Amino acid sequence: MKMTPKLATLLVLGALVLLAPFLFPSNFYYRVGSLIFVNAIAVTGIVILTGYAGQISLGHAGFAGIGAYACALAPAHFGIHPALAVVLGAAISGLLAWLVGRPILRLKGYYLGVATLGLGILISMMLNNERQLTRGPDGIDVPELGMRALLKGWGLDLTNGQFWYYFCGLCMILGAWLALNLHDSPSGRALRALHGSEIAARTVGVDVARMKLQAFVISAVYASVSGSLLALQNKFITPDVAGFMHSIEMVTMAVLGGVGSVLGAIFGAAILTLLPQVLTIFAEYEQLVLGLVMMLVMIFLREGLLPSILRKLRRKGE
Amino acid sequence: MKNTMTTTALALLVALGAAPAAMAEIRIGASISATGPAAFLGDPEAKTLELLVEELNARGGIDGEKVKLVLYDDGGDPNKARTFATRLIEDDEVVAIIGGTTTGASMSILAVAEDAEVPFISLAGAIEIIKPVRPFVFKTPHTDRMACQKIFEDMQKRGFTKIGMISGTDGFGASMQAQCKDVVEDYGIEIVADETYNPTDADMTAQLTKIRNASGVQAVLNPGFGQGPSIVTRNYRQLAIDLPLYQSHGVASNGFIELAGAPAAEGVRLPGTALLVADLLAEDDPQRGIVVAYRDAFEEKTKTPVGTFGGYAHDAFLILTDAISRAGSAEPDDIRDAIEATSGLAGTTGIYSFSAEDHLGLDLSAFRMLEIRNGAWTLVD
Repeated sequence: MKMTPKLATLLVLGALVLLAPFLFPSNFYYRVGSLIFVNAIAVTGIVILTGYAGQISLGHAGFAGIGAYACALAPAHFGIHPALAVVLGAAISGLLAWLVGRPILRLKGYYLGVATLGLGILISMMLNNERQLTRGPDGIDVPELGMRALLKGWGLDLTNGQFWYYFCGLCMILGAWLALNLHDSPSGRALRALHGSEIAARTVGVDVARMKLQAFVISAVYASVSGSLLALQNKFITPDVAGFMHSIEMVTMAVLGGVGSVLGAIFGAAILTLLPQVLTIFAEYEQLVLGLVMMLVMIFLREGLLPSILRKLRRKGE
Repeated sequence: MKNTMTTTALALLVALGAAPAAMAEIRIGASISATGPAAFLGDPEAKTLELLVEELNARGGIDGEKVKLVLYDDGGDPNKARTFATRLIEDDEVVAIIGGTTTGASMSILAVAEDAEVPFISLAGAIEIIKPVRPFVFKTPHTDRMACQKIFEDMQKRGFTKIGMISGTDGFGASMQAQCKDVVEDYGIEIVADETYNPTDADMTAQLTKIRNASGVQAVLNPGFGQGPSIVTRNYRQLAIDLPLYQSHGVASNGFIELAGAPAAEGVRLPGTALLVADLLAEDDPQRGIVVAYRDAFEEKTKTPVGTFGGYAHDAFLILTDAISRAGSAEPDDIRDAIEATSGLAGTTGIYSFSAEDHLGLDLSAFRMLEIRNGAWTLVD
């Protein structure tokens, strides 16, 4: 089998997920790991939208909110199993992205960013204000997924932290695999073509509006699944998940690590999830450090951390 | 020079972090929203805990054992609060947790604490935290429901039967609005006007005019938090509404009088804690000693006026250290049992007596009906 970049990426991810626990000083790190994976899934969606298609969204946390609240509300109101609620949330997010994306993706420039910003804030406001349904800003309980008990029945007894670590890790690798497949498919090539030049892409027959819409819908589904996984592992969710800062965080993670590469974006997610844990002693300066890191990356490593570092290494090797 | 200082500081940090845990010290964890939207609650809470630990260790700790506080700032994000709770239990191996400034953060932490069987004392208001009773979860602030009851009791005494309500749509305001509507009938009072405002609104005259025009309204209640109630109070005076105005315990601090302005705040009543009227308490009041001591120490160290919220953290720490001392052990199970056996412990918020059915431990007597007169808090009853 030839070692393609796709296979290499998946192997690196798989090895990291499996080997990292050997270095964990305590069970707490399983929790950090699973948070990294949950963020990485959302950020992989951003790679498809921003890295492949060159569109910007500042409202993806809204879709994460839909995914999260689907897991809380669907089982409570319709008696749907939480696992199916994840699918339902993804379907609603995808549909909403399709409906909203149709008109705004025909626009050029910053309109998409502004429109998605509004969409995200609307969803967040709805979750906050529709108290009868969502129980408002105080948050709502999310039922147990039940998969841990199932695994236990098969003789695999994991602690809560371990289960979510491996489960989210698996989901992240699956998500990365799909995104990498898309990259090399005709659709992926069309997306990258319109990223380079919309006019050129249209000239060679790419349906620009449709391709953009496709990327937007796919990335919304990624964000939704990430929100669902967060809700299910926390077993409690508040509207903060759909907050504006969460949207910004997703984009920042992708840009920091390298928005053009799946592995880079996941690397960005890992750094920005770990940083607040490392910086607890300097909690007051956390935002400051984040801003500084971001600025330095934008000035000196424009493609993002990982691609820039890899390029430097490669050049040295030559 | 700067370099050597940084190096020394780093070396010191590393040394501190690597210090062997074998030293006989009791590790207490805290996850508090010292920054973010709930910082006005969390900041005094964090400062209070630091102050109390310092004081306690200066006195020799609990029965000779020093206390170490591991404090994290969750920024009001429930997801972060859950992560820090996990870290406190798994990594820092604390024997108990204080924190959860907001209801969302508390609900996140309590799930982790319950799973790991580590006692958790919450600093948030909602009744869901202790109802149903969870074995390892306690809380120090009175509930919104109790504030409603205290206010309606006072209204009943003054013979009011028809009132108007104007509530914020933030977590605090909305939750209290619901609780008040739930208990209002017990006091023979009818809500004839029910208005809301967004926490970021800059003017509430429209809603207040509607309330004023409601037929037979005798008093107005404003459940809310932050700047909203100050604006309501100012608008209330601008409209020259001549009805008694009640605020909630959410604005029981000197900051409220400053923000609303003393002339506008004149005559406003609200249920508050002994902390705001420390000097007015009777000499034989069981809370007087502790309230005055905490206020003086806090104001001395932080140079800012003491508030109800720091008091919640004070009481949580008091309950916890008292329980550890009585249990004579720093095992989470023993601490839990000792907390539940707490009886007649005077804190700044009230006098705590826990039981297997009651993990709040306060009754209505913990609230004092306060009135603002000449820009200062006075006791009504």
